[in-house]
Amino acid sequence: MAGITITEKILARAAGKQRLSPGDVVFAKVDKVMMHDVSGPGVIKVFSEWEKKGIKLERIWNPDRVWVTEDHFVPAADRVSAENIIMLSNFTKRYGITKHFKYGLGQYGICHTLSHEEAMVLPGEVYVGGDSHTNTTGAMGAFAAGFGHTDIAYVLMNGQIWFRVPETMLFKIEGNKPAHIMAKDIILQIIGDIGTDGANYKAMQFAGGVVKKLTMEERLTLTNMTTEAGAKNGIIEPDETTYAYLRERTDARYSPVSGDSDAHYSEVFTYEIEKLEPTVAKPYSPGNVSAAREMQGTELDKAYIGSCTGAKLEDLREAARILKGKKVKIRTEVVPAAQSIYMKALKEGLINIFMEAGAVVGPPTCGACCGAHMGVLGKGEICISTTNRNFPGRMGHVESQTYLASPMVVAASAVTGKITDPRDVGN
Amino acid sequence: MNKTLKGKVHKYDRDNIDTDVIIPGPYLKIHDHKELAKHAMEGIDPKFPEKVSQGDFLVAGSNFGCGSSREHAPIALSQTGIKAIIAPSFARIFYRNAVDGGYLLPIEIDGSTVKKISDKDELEIDLAHNKITNVTKNEQYPIKPFPELIANIVAAGGLVNYRPA
Repeated sequence: MAGITITEKILARAAGKQRLSPGDVVFAKVDKVMMHDVSGPGVIKVFSEWEKKGIKLERIWNPDRVWVTEDHFVPAADRVSAENIIMLSNFTKRYGITKHFKYGLGQYGICHTLSHEEAMVLPGEVYVGGDSHTNTTGAMGAFAAGFGHTDIAYVLMNGQIWFRVPETMLFKIEGNKPAHIMAKDIILQIIGDIGTDGANYKAMQFAGGVVKKLTMEERLTLTNMTTEAGAKNGIIEPDETTYAYLRERTDARYSPVSGDSDAHYSEVFTYEIEKLEPTVAKPYSPGNVSAAREMQGTELDKAYIGSCTGAKLEDLREAARILKGKKVKIRTEVVPAAQSIYMKALKEGLINIFMEAGAVVGPPTCGACCGAHMGVLGKGEICISTTNRNFPGRMGHVESQTYLASPMVVAASAVTGKITDPRDVGN
Repeated sequence: MNKTLKGKVHKYDRDNIDTDVIIPGPYLKIHDHKELAKHAMEGIDPKFPEKVSQGDFLVAGSNFGCGSSREHAPIALSQTGIKAIIAPSFARIFYRNAVDGGYLLPIEIDGSTVKKISDKDELEIDLAHNKITNVTKNEQYPIKPFPELIANIVAAGGLVNYRPA
């Protein structure tokens, strides 16, 4: 019998089974659960409907394993958003959830960024979140998947949920990474190759010499965008990079899991990184990819450096490296993904570089990425963005357009006002 | 499971109908289900809510509901009156949300079957026999049976009412 993958092992342990195979449907215990200011009010509504049916919830399964963020509609976009946040605060108070990251009260930021920045999720854990990009956190060696608010409410009540064990697709990235290539280019190329439903219901696991050398934050970009290929989860086996990253952030103990050396993968893909180009995904699909140089000269209205995908500290560093001493030619918005990242960027002088270049720097929020507030696009506007999705209307008007790219490509394009390969602007 | 549904088809013949067009981002702050229904499919067809009658079906291409985990998507569609979405495949979170929330049925059929169904056709979905009857065209099509757990959750009307055997 062939060995099993890290995803199968984590789920088997959580389901109390010796082993599981792809296709098995099991109820498994959850270690951590997250909800934010969009999924949270949904959960609260489900709770109130249960109460109407006579299901009284005096306490939840385990308040210490639940954490809550305010990220999509902060700073409160309007009265309704403000009231959603009040509702969320009342809920966390009532159920004794202390890990509630509040806007304007110390550390806060985008949920997926806090998941690693605050070491909320640890290797070997089963983590479910009320947001599709929960997949991000799989880079920590955890099983991490996104769910809707009914499922999150169910987990809050029962501490478990059903899973269909996914097949695992293995992506090996080999070679020596050129300085102008980022993890974003790798994952955009992969989605371009397999399509936006290429990994539907499956796990996407990343390995190989390049992944081994990637920093934690770059690995997180790979897993973040597995959602755009339809994957149930993205995952990377934990190693010394993972453990060192965690040592700086937590004393918590954990029991990591790795796949068997003879594990069975449904498909294995190998990429030679030297062959990759700085890449953009054209409107209106993350799978609609081209080399940035092929799109060179495409006129732009806005450059956006933000989101869980593209505003981690290293994303900001790479963008700043290109923007240093230059001026932006188009409206450029930089939104660090969390308060702690904003502060580190400030100390390193990155914020200064952005502002001297003429960009505006905003408080952490998901706002513009999901077209909700804090910088939405108008009819016909064209944006290049470090975010993860470019469906019609994603960042504003349904006839606006978004090109997805790495922080380097976005910064280079901000300098020229047109889609630009970072090799063509110097620095 | 012994259930037959009857309704009229609203066909949107394209793949990858995503959650941003089903219910755009600015409406995510809304949690009133009836209010959400007014914006269902706004990114594709702003007149959609007016066209739907209670019990109708939406027929679409593959990977329906891709993108966000927003449960607002199946809620908005079901609140317009849609009882089932018929497509060759669904994005996983949309599928889970539809079933676990008990909002509507995600019915999987072959891509070639989608081509046989036209806008405004009258269909009968027979879950007991895993088939669709096209009353307008006098044709029958097979549907992919629900896996056992999904069938049980559907029969219970959602995950909350479901009790593992």
